[in-house]
Amino acid sequence: MKSESQKKALTFQEILFALQKFWAEHGCVLQQPYDLEVGAGTMSPDTFLRVLGPKPINIAYAQPSRRPADGRYGENPNRLFRHTQLQVILKPPPERVQELYLESLEAIGINLAEHDIKFEEDNWEWPVGGAWGVGWQVMLDGQEITQFTYFQQCGGMDLDPISGEITYGLERLAQFVQDLDSVYDIVWSRDAVTGKELTYGQVRLHEEQQFSSYSFDYADVPSLWKHLELYEAECLALLARSKEVLVEEGGDPLTILRFPTMGAYELALKCSHTFNLLDARGAISVTERVGVMARIRNLIVGVAKVYAEQERLKALVSETTLVGA
Amino acid sequence: MAEFLFEIGLEEVPARMIPGAEAELLRRVVALLGRERLLPEGFEELSGARSFSTPRRLAVYVSDVLAAQTDVTEEVTGPAAKIAFKDGVPTPAAEAFAKKNGVSIGDLKRIDTPKGEYIAVSTVKKGRTAAEVILEELPKEIGSIYWAKNMRWIPGATQTFVRPVQWMVCLLGESVLPVEFAGKTAGRVSFGHRVLSSGEAFEVQVPASYAAQLEGEYVLAEVEARRHKIRKALDRVCRTVAGARWREDEALVDKMTHLVEWPDVLLGTFEPEYLELPEEVLVTVMRDHQNYFALEGADGKLAPYFLAVLNISLTETNQPIIKQGNERVLRARFNDARFFWEFDQRTPLTERVKRLENVTFQKDLGSYAAKSERVRVLARSLADGLEGVDVAALEEAAVLAKADLTAELVKEFTELQGVIGGLYAKAQGASKLVYESIYDQYKPAGMDDSVPRSYEGALLGIADRADTIAGMFGLGMEPTGSKDPFALRRAANAIVKILAETGLPLTLEQVITGAAKDAATAERIRGFFRERVEFYLREAKGFSYDVVAAVMAAGWSDVRDAVARAEAVSVARGGEDFTAVSAAFKRMKNILAQAQFELAADAVYAGGDLAVEERLFGKYTAVSAQVKTAAAERQYADALAAIATLRSEVDAFFEGVMVNDPDAAVRERRLTLLALIVAGVSGIADFSEIVVSNS
Repeated sequence: MKSESQKKALTFQEILFALQKFWAEHGCVLQQPYDLEVGAGTMSPDTFLRVLGPKPINIAYAQPSRRPADGRYGENPNRLFRHTQLQVILKPPPERVQELYLESLEAIGINLAEHDIKFEEDNWEWPVGGAWGVGWQVMLDGQEITQFTYFQQCGGMDLDPISGEITYGLERLAQFVQDLDSVYDIVWSRDAVTGKELTYGQVRLHEEQQFSSYSFDYADVPSLWKHLELYEAECLALLARSKEVLVEEGGDPLTILRFPTMGAYELALKCSHTFNLLDARGAISVTERVGVMARIRNLIVGVAKVYAEQERLKALVSETTLVGA
Repeated sequence: MAEFLFEIGLEEVPARMIPGAEAELLRRVVALLGRERLLPEGFEELSGARSFSTPRRLAVYVSDVLAAQTDVTEEVTGPAAKIAFKDGVPTPAAEAFAKKNGVSIGDLKRIDTPKGEYIAVSTVKKGRTAAEVILEELPKEIGSIYWAKNMRWIPGATQTFVRPVQWMVCLLGESVLPVEFAGKTAGRVSFGHRVLSSGEAFEVQVPASYAAQLEGEYVLAEVEARRHKIRKALDRVCRTVAGARWREDEALVDKMTHLVEWPDVLLGTFEPEYLELPEEVLVTVMRDHQNYFALEGADGKLAPYFLAVLNISLTETNQPIIKQGNERVLRARFNDARFFWEFDQRTPLTERVKRLENVTFQKDLGSYAAKSERVRVLARSLADGLEGVDVAALEEAAVLAKADLTAELVKEFTELQGVIGGLYAKAQGASKLVYESIYDQYKPAGMDDSVPRSYEGALLGIADRADTIAGMFGLGMEPTGSKDPFALRRAANAIVKILAETGLPLTLEQVITGAAKDAATAERIRGFFRERVEFYLREAKGFSYDVVAAVMAAGWSDVRDAVARAEAVSVARGGEDFTAVSAAFKRMKNILAQAQFELAADAVYAGGDLAVEERLFGKYTAVSAQVKTAAAERQYADALAAIATLRSEVDAFFEGVMVNDPDAAVRERRLTLLALIVAGVSGIADFSEIVVSNS
């Protein structure tokens, strides 16, 4: 038996549509999910790199986020190998951004007068990215539905302007809106004509089963280590090349514009995901862990620094020459 | 005179930071007004100034602020009269002085000073208005408030504050003071509750109407009123469950008070089947992860209910929705916990022990497997010769103690490490002594926490911490100043507390020499522990400074004994005879120190020629025998009473004898007598440390 609230509740995809529409109407560029494995929407270059430097941006995108160690073979109703975040970056954050966020909840059918909402301190930190911010977890009737962060540093650099980051956990939000105990019962879509429903389980369960077993049981540890080393070596080589290319005196404008910092970032992201797989596989001892994390931090923070420098030079170049940015 | 109100509206401030900031803002505003002479004569801070706070605002109200500072007449001294006037004619020096002070020559007067006759002028310094002062000074005070964590949000500015400023209200009487801070200008517009009020801004009419107007907007701005409302609501809702009581939790009440503007309390339930999980786990989930209060039945056992403090009023419409939402979240959390509880049990602790080889304790000190082994050996050696210790159980507990670090449930609820291990050991058939020792190993968690229930648990807790302290000191990673990254002080405090309060017949010296790898490290650890014992006696037991110094001087390695001596000295120090004897001991110590006298190990008192000297020796011989007997039984009150009886002989001695006799042999004899007396009671306290008041 379905309760009244379940019957009229938005489906998983309707929630996503509604939020995207809301933020598009509030000045956000809608971007597609980033097409590499990331552990969170923050790691997409649309957040991690765009928050650097002075250029304002408002952007929103859904981001499938992979966390190999959180997989439970599809057997735990609340834990997933891959969940979906809706990430909103507001750079700089507008006045009364919290009120704007609360409006977005109304947009998905949450009547705030019928709920208990609290903003509880929750500061965010991603040491590997040299990034941190202060903010809240937004609690709705005891459920954390959003992480709200004012980015302060990224890649070890102070941000100016800062960015406001709003990260909705879409599965949790859908479970909340549809009043469900299990993530797999979420109604993903409802056929407009027949009313036939597809559940989250029908759409995604097999992925959870297979990727959990890949991460925990099948992934080949020696190959993963090899991948990690290859990605790392290429990323380091690019970072080294950047020193020759990204120079203020006598640098070639076109070469500066085309230097593939984003390529280096993707290699660093590959390392990060490979590390997570090795970790889930139980292949990284606690002692090794610190060392490998330092290596990845070196890549990611290194990329951020190069990106910031490239942006600075690009600004100089576009001021003094006619090369398009 | 006018009333004053200042409110700063903020995005939700972390609950933990609010009380300190509210008090600091009040203090700063009152100090500012006082310093600037804007408070009336006899202003009473307690009745005249009040502060308010909610997660979204801090505010200060002052009942009487003067409109302006009073004018001040100042006399400014200028050049000497003979330089300012030559033959009655003003010189350029006089003209310059008059000009500088904005007066004419005719306003200058002559004054007599100790240095001779000088030119002076009286000027009136106009008092500034309250508005001027507040506009200029208040922003600095707001900006100086301490926050544990700050943020930047204004582009191109270095301004930091706890969270972005949303609005400010600043009223002096009925008028607005447009104070500027963090890019905002104060007005009279404030905001009510996010959801319950209309959401529109409202105007604060006058300072006195602030709290009442806010209440109309569903904000209880007074912290104590909110706390009271929460407690009453907890009681009221709890009464709807027959025989139930909510588990008192002052810290959680406090946290919730600073998380809501308009509290209400919801009763939720959970399926009784979850009560099969350990109570510790259920309570941790409810309290630490969900901010819920647990309920217990008349039997004191957990009941399948919880209380949630809400930031909204419950109605017939929203109550079922909010209840269902909170219950669903709790169910999911309990399910998770149950999953881990059952999953962890598939690998018994005895098997998990092996996995500790892969868990690093500290990179130079090896794995937790290595640590466990060191702790086992140390615990066994500390137990050596102690009666009533089951060494086999102790060693078993030491081996299993850290195994729960590999359990999923501990990764999920880190605050339950040890407790979970104990519960698993119990479920897996370990003896009571073993599982309780594991369970208690991190006790006491603080100065208010209880100590382990058994000697075995106490020894395990001591050995574990002593191993950490010795290891870190060995690597040169000891605490310095305010830096104590490995919480070694807390570890040492716990050892001291265990030794003082369990009755375990063990000294710190045994612990230190047992754990330290060499004599040099042991020496440094000794100094460290000395401070910790001092801290324990002063802060935890509340003994006065001088009593602690006196007792510590007589030894501190046996903590329980030091406590007993400090108690006796604290009681005795008020007595007249004791005070007199303490003063006499100070005199004896001074005499001995001046003479640079060292008492030889085999020194004996050779017998004197004066009756007072003989009487003192006789009395001392009797007293020292009494002291020895009493001290052996830790009857320190008796020992001190005996020492106090020395008074008349001591007084007579100092009245009738000069210690520093010209005859070296006599001097030597008298010094020996004094040194013997000092040494004879030195096992209890150094009485010369006792502060003797003159009254």
